Amino acid sequence: MKKLYHLPYHELRRKIFDKEIKVKDYAQEILERIKERKDINAFITINEGILEEANLIDNKIKEGEKVGRLAGALIAIKDNICTKGIRTTCASKMLSNYIPPYDATVIERIKIEDALILGKTNMDEFAMGSTTELSYFGPTKNPLDKERVAGGSSGGSGAAVADHQAPLALGADTGGSVRCPASFCGIFGLKPTYGLVSRYGLISYANSLEQIGPMAKSLKDLSLLLSCISGKDERDSTTLPLKDFNFSFEKKGKIAKRVAIIKELVEEGLQRGVRERFYSALEILKDMGIKISELSLKILEYAIPCYYIIAMAEASSNLARYDGLRYGLKLKEGMENFSLYISKIRGEGFGDEVKRRIILGTFILSAGYYEQFYIKAQAIRKIIRKEFDRIFKEYDLIISPTMPSIAYKLGEKSKDPLEMYLGDIETVSANLAGIPALSLPCGYSSNMPVGLQLMGKPLSEGLLLSTAQEFERIRGENFE
Amino acid sequence: MRELEVKTLSDMSIKIGLEVHCQLTKLKSKLFCPCSSDYRDKEPNTNICPICMGLPGTLPTLNKEALFYALKVCLALNSEPNKRILFFRKNYYYPDLPKNFQITQYDRGGGVPFSSGGVLKLSSGKEIRIRRMNLEEDPAKIFYEGSITSSRYSLIDYNRAGIALLEIVTEPDMSNPKEAREFLERLKGLLEHLEVSEPDLEGAMRCDANISLMDGTRVEIKNISSFKEVEKALNFEIARQKALISKGIKVKRETRHWDEARRITVSLREKEEEEDYRYFPEPDLVPIAINEEMVKQIILTLPELPEKREKRYVKELGLSETLAKVIAYDRDLMKLFEDSLKYCNLPKKIGSWIVNDILAYLNRKNLTLKDLNLDANKLAKLAEYSEEYKVSDKKLKELLNELISGKKNFLEVLKTLKKEELVQKDEVLRIVDSVIKSNSKALEDYRKNKKVLDYFMGKVMEISKGKIDAKEVRNLLKEKIEEIIK
Repeated sequence: MKKLYHLPYHELRRKIFDKEIKVKDYAQEILERIKERKDINAFITINEGILEEANLIDNKIKEGEKVGRLAGALIAIKDNICTKGIRTTCASKMLSNYIPPYDATVIERIKIEDALILGKTNMDEFAMGSTTELSYFGPTKNPLDKERVAGGSSGGSGAAVADHQAPLALGADTGGSVRCPASFCGIFGLKPTYGLVSRYGLISYANSLEQIGPMAKSLKDLSLLLSCISGKDERDSTTLPLKDFNFSFEKKGKIAKRVAIIKELVEEGLQRGVRERFYSALEILKDMGIKISELSLKILEYAIPCYYIIAMAEASSNLARYDGLRYGLKLKEGMENFSLYISKIRGEGFGDEVKRRIILGTFILSAGYYEQFYIKAQAIRKIIRKEFDRIFKEYDLIISPTMPSIAYKLGEKSKDPLEMYLGDIETVSANLAGIPALSLPCGYSSNMPVGLQLMGKPLSEGLLLSTAQEFERIRGENFE
Repeated sequence: MRELEVKTLSDMSIKIGLEVHCQLTKLKSKLFCPCSSDYRDKEPNTNICPICMGLPGTLPTLNKEALFYALKVCLALNSEPNKRILFFRKNYYYPDLPKNFQITQYDRGGGVPFSSGGVLKLSSGKEIRIRRMNLEEDPAKIFYEGSITSSRYSLIDYNRAGIALLEIVTEPDMSNPKEAREFLERLKGLLEHLEVSEPDLEGAMRCDANISLMDGTRVEIKNISSFKEVEKALNFEIARQKALISKGIKVKRETRHWDEARRITVSLREKEEEEDYRYFPEPDLVPIAINEEMVKQIILTLPELPEKREKRYVKELGLSETLAKVIAYDRDLMKLFEDSLKYCNLPKKIGSWIVNDILAYLNRKNLTLKDLNLDANKLAKLAEYSEEYKVSDKKLKELLNELISGKKNFLEVLKTLKKEELVQKDEVLRIVDSVIKSNSKALEDYRKNKKVLDYFMGKVMEISKGKIDAKEVRNLLKEKIEEIIK
C-alpha cells in the first residue's frame, strides 16, 4: 500500500485541506521513515519541535484560519541555509555546534507559507564537492543503490526527497550542487536565475555563483516551492527587482520551439548509458515539435578552470571568518597568540577539500597571480555569458545531460579531486552565466537514474518548467 | 650662514602626505547594516547585529545615505567621483575584523576609488592636492591591558565594527608639520560644515602620516590620535631622520608607531614584511552608478563652503581679512556669527567680539563655545543696546567679558548697561555745567559768534578725556547755553 510519505506535496495538500489527514500524523510517519532509513544518512539534524509545529498547523486548519501555500509541507533544508534556533553546520566540524540567531530569507518565506522545517540535510563540507562524501557527518548514500553516492553537494536533500523522507527540499547550487544530486537520485532540481532567490542566510561558498534552489518529486511541487522563495530581498543586493512570482501549472504555459545542443557538452566523456538516454530524450523533444540544432561553443573548454578559479578565490575569503573567536569550534588553549590559535582552529575544524580550496583560492588572489588567474577567469566568464546571450537570441533552450555519468560508486571520485571537478562539466556554465537550469529524470541506465538538463536565458524558469512538464507528459511515464 | 642654508634646503625637501580616516558620524546607521552609528557610551558588544558581526550567511547592503555624504565631501574638495562605485575585499586576519576581511574600495585590480583628485587650500593660499577618497567599514575596537606590546589579553568591542569611514589620502604636498596640522584643521572644519561628521568625537577622525626627507625613503607613521600629536610625531620623525642622515645612515622604508606617552616613533614593520591583502571585488555588493543628476542634486544641497564664505565676509560685510578667515573656517564661530546677524545688522561689531573677546577667552581658558552660556540672540541684543545706550567702549568690553565668563547673566548685564548710561548722563551734565560756569567770558562771545560752541566742546571733551559721545555733548551744551543767554 502506498504510504502517505510516497505522495508528492500537492496531493498531500489536498488531503490536509480536506481534513482527510492530520499534518501531525503525516509528520510522525515521515519521522519514522527517516529513522528506518538512517543508513542513507540524509539528515544531519532533525527539527525537534516538528510535531508541535505540525499540531499548530492542524489547529489552524481546524479553526478554519487561512493557511499559506505550503501548509503542512515538511521541507528538508540543506545544512548551509541558516535556521534560527536549529543547528546549521555546513557539514563541517568548524560549525558542528553553531546555532544561528536568525532565519535565512528563504526560511522566513516558507514559514510565512506555513511550511515546517523538517530538518537539516547532509552535504559536502561548505558545499565543496559533488558527492556528499566530504561531510564531517559521513557520506550520504544513494537510496537507489547504497553502494553509490547521492551526488552533491546537496546530496542529503536529494536523497531525502528521492527516498521519501521529505516531500520537498531546498538545496543550493554553486556549480551543479542541486542538479547533480537531482540527477543521481532521479528527482527534479532547479538552479534559478542568479538573483531570483535571496542568498541572505545561505552560508557563502562562492557568492557570485550560487543560488538556493528547490528539489522535489514533481514539477508541480518544484514550481510551487520556487514561487514561494523567489523575489527581491532588501537584505541581498544581488537579488533582482522582481516581485510576486507564480510559476503556476494551472494554465498550460508556452513550451520551447527551438533547442540547441552544444557539441562540447555531449560529445566527449559521456557514459554510454547516459548518452543513450540523452538521445532518446531528444527523440521525445522532436515528438513535441521542437527543432533541435547542434552548435559548437569552444569557450566551454575553459568553463571548469574558470569556475574553480572564481569559486576558490571567493571561498578563500568567505571562509576567513571561521577563526574560533566568536562562534563555532573553540579551543580552550592557545588564546595568547592570535595567529597560532586560528591556525590551530582552522587546521582542526576544516576537512582536506576545504583546506585545499582555501589554499588554492589564497594563491589565486595573491599579488602577481591575481591578474594571471582571477582577472583572466573573469574575462572568460564574461565571454561565456555573452556567448549564451547570443545563443538565446536564436534558441529557447540549451539541453544536455545533467551529469556525464550515473551516480558514482562511493569512493570512486572523492579520492581524486581533479576527476571530481571534471564531472561538473555540464553544470558549471549555468552558474558562470547566471542562467536558470533544471534537471529532470529522463530514464535509467544500469538501474540508476539519468538526468536531463534544460538551460534557458535569465528568468526563463517558466519556460523550463512548462517544457519539462510537456516532456513528462509525452514520455508518459510518471516518476511515482 | 652655512648652517642657515642647510636648514632651508632640508625644509624645502620635506614631503609629508596624510591618510585621514573620518567616521561619517552623522549617519543614522552603519555602512552595511542597520545598527546605529552612534556606538559611543554603549555597553560593549551591544550595538551589533548578525551582519556587522559577520555571522555565517549574512550579506552587506550599502547604506545609500553614506554614498550621499561621501559625495558631499568629494564635491566640496573638488574631487572627481567615479561613475561606478565598486567595493573590494581587503583580506587579512585580525581580531578586530569580524569577517577577517574589510570591505573597502581599491584603485587597482579592476577597481576604482570613490573619487580621484581634489584640493584643499591652506591659509597661505598653498593648495594641498587630494589623491583619492574611499568609503569603507571601520573595524572593531581592541582594548589592551596597558600597551599593545605588554598586554596579557585583548578585549574586543564590536560596537564600532561597520561604522562608515571616509578615507582621504593626500599627495605628499605638505612641507612641514605645521602645514600638516593646518590641513587637518581645515579638513575638520569642512567636514563639520558639511554636517557629515563630528570630528571632535573620540576616534572620529584618525590620521596616518608619511614623510620623506630630501626625496629619500618614505616612512609611515601610524596611531596618531590628534592634530597636535601629528605635529609632534612629524617633528620627532624629522629630527630622527635628520640625525640618521647626518651620520650617514640610510633611512629604512618602514611603518612606525607613534608612542604618545614616550613621544617617540617606534618601528612596527619593515617593507619586506608588509602583507599581501589579496584584494578582489566584493561579490555581495552590486556596482552602483553615479549619474550627473545625483551629483547636481548634491551640489544644490551643499552649504556655503569656508573659502567662499571668507570672501563674502570681507566683500559684503566689511570684515577685516583676519576676522573673516578666523570666523569662516570655524563652524561654531561661523554659526554664532551668522545667527547673530539674523537678529541685528552689526557684522563688524559682532565679528570683532567673536574673535577678539569670545575666541580669546575660549583659548585662554581652553574651552569650546558649547561651554559658554552664550547664544546669538543675546549677543545681538547686547550689540544693539550698546548702540542705543551710550556707554564707553571700555565699560562695554568689561560687560561683554562678564557675560562671556558667566560672571553676570544677560539680564544683569542689561541692567548695568542702563545704569551705566544714567551714571554717564549725570556725569556729562555735571561737566557741562561746570564748563559753562567757569567760562563766562566765552559765554558772552557766544552771543556774537555761535562757533564759540566748539571752544566749550573742546573743554568738555578735555575734562571727560573723550570718553563720552561728542554729538550728545554738543546738543547738551547748545541747549544749556541757549537757556542761559535767553
